[in-house]
Amino acid sequence: MASEKRELLYHSVCLEEGDCKGCTTCMRYCPTQAIRVQNGKAKIIREKCIDCGECVRRCPYHAKRVVSDNFYTLKSFKHNIALVAPAFCGQFSKVTNIDLILTGLKKIGFDDVFEVARGAEVITAKTKEILAEKNHEGPYISSACPAVVRLIAVKFPSLSDMVIPLTSPMEAAAQMARREAMEKTGLEDDEIGVFFISPCPAKVTAVKQPLALDKSSVSGVIPVKDVYMKLVHALKSVDKIEKLSVSGKDGIRWARSGGETEALGIKNYIAVDGIHNVIKMLEELEDEKLNNIEFIEALACTSGCTGGPLNVENEFVANSRIRNLTEHLEKGEAKGENLSLMWDKKVEYEPFSPLDTDINKALTKMQQLEEIYARLPQLDCGSCGSPSCRDFAEDIVRGKAQERDCIFRLREKIEVLAKEIEELGKMIKE
Amino acid sequence: MANSSVKLHYEVADNDFTVAGEASGAVKKVLRQLGFPSDVIRRVAVSMYECEINMVIHANGGHIDVEITPDKIRMVHTDKGPGIKDIGQAMQKGFSTANEEVRQLGFGAGMGLPNMQRYTDEMKITTEIGKGTVVDMTVYVNKF
Repeated sequence: MASEKRELLYHSVCLEEGDCKGCTTCMRYCPTQAIRVQNGKAKIIREKCIDCGECVRRCPYHAKRVVSDNFYTLKSFKHNIALVAPAFCGQFSKVTNIDLILTGLKKIGFDDVFEVARGAEVITAKTKEILAEKNHEGPYISSACPAVVRLIAVKFPSLSDMVIPLTSPMEAAAQMARREAMEKTGLEDDEIGVFFISPCPAKVTAVKQPLALDKSSVSGVIPVKDVYMKLVHALKSVDKIEKLSVSGKDGIRWARSGGETEALGIKNYIAVDGIHNVIKMLEELEDEKLNNIEFIEALACTSGCTGGPLNVENEFVANSRIRNLTEHLEKGEAKGENLSLMWDKKVEYEPFSPLDTDINKALTKMQQLEEIYARLPQLDCGSCGSPSCRDFAEDIVRGKAQERDCIFRLREKIEVLAKEIEELGKMIKE
Repeated sequence: MANSSVKLHYEVADNDFTVAGEASGAVKKVLRQLGFPSDVIRRVAVSMYECEINMVIHANGGHIDVEITPDKIRMVHTDKGPGIKDIGQAMQKGFSTANEEVRQLGFGAGMGLPNMQRYTDEMKITTEIGKGTVVDMTVYVNKF
């Protein structure tokens, strides 16, 4: 069953139990209701998690971690390339030149650099071709954000055919970087390490366990924040800036929400960012409330990839910097011949398991769920450890929680008990 | 074995576009939890939303009763609105009595009733001028 398979799924987001105070913040912000707080600790329901990293961003105690690679992994390869996402260039306050950032990366352990923006330019060109074919009703949905693709796989099966079956700019760039490096160095494919410097956990998952590809061309993923400090120090010692950046404006603008669509030059589009907004928009699309829309760019993080939870800089500041860095650039049209850009397989619908696989039993449980819900305070306070009273009622029906976990229901019970004891006390006196 | 069922009741507020769609949204969640096929969920959601919007635009709100059984989903929308003068005309694509204000909001394209009929397997409209309208729609689940 699909849901059993999801249990085995790789997830980059995890909990550092020792740091968790059981405060319920992550649970309240989780867009897929994948977190419960039990026995004072947050737990992630694996089959519901889409690795968007909203909990990583929200946890006040930094107990949500992202499992990723580090600089030691570079030692496994003879030649290492840093894949630099457009959003990365907005992280540094005093940098007015993308070449400085790229040159700096070659001082902290990478032999070469490759801009993901070049992959974005290739994907832009390919997307234009697909849009021109227009072989289904309704709009196309961008597949650029892996958290959104996973969200659709879990929650919006009827929209899955609208997703453009194209690989990400990161994968396109990784293929191009490998090819270039093999020509330059004469090394074999497996001797070359290609490392993506990632703004988000969803990209880590997309590399470790791709949804629509048989295998990723990326060797490892290192979070922006792990590269940042090393690089900031290294930048001070750069004496000669190499000319390394070849990307144009169209690729680099993918860093922020709306950038992908601007590069495509589409008129009737929606660019939505922030995972909660994305869900709202997809619900409307599913209900056929959106008319005359050709393209939907949906990004899980606020203001786009610059808003990724593994970044260092505020997303709005980063966007402003990227605007300034790209002002003077040409549009940019990277060539991507003989690349494997289409998905290897269709993304399967992997819904969260229903209340019961037997529809009659499921309906009986739903009736119970409604009855329990009617008894609850409906304040969605989260004290029980479930994100809302409805989720709590569902957890009870599924046998994962008990009604006395509700502090309001417990208080009512105690009141009744106290009265009974009082009555009993009176009887004894008499 | 007797079939189980779930009955749900929703009130639709008067003249408030911001809350229209809450009932169909809630039913969509319930159907997902029950594990119904996605095309059934979509057909119920779209037809119910259209009807909900109609109740808000034309009929000062009302109430919806939904009954879910293993083989079908029945939605009964009841309002105390002005009633429909000519059902045949109302069923035509593009016909609408919505006022300019409502059209400005992007509604009133005259596709509501035709869409409801298209997405449901059965649709029955009972209406009386000055008293109100009952729209009774059923979507069958073939895959169970």
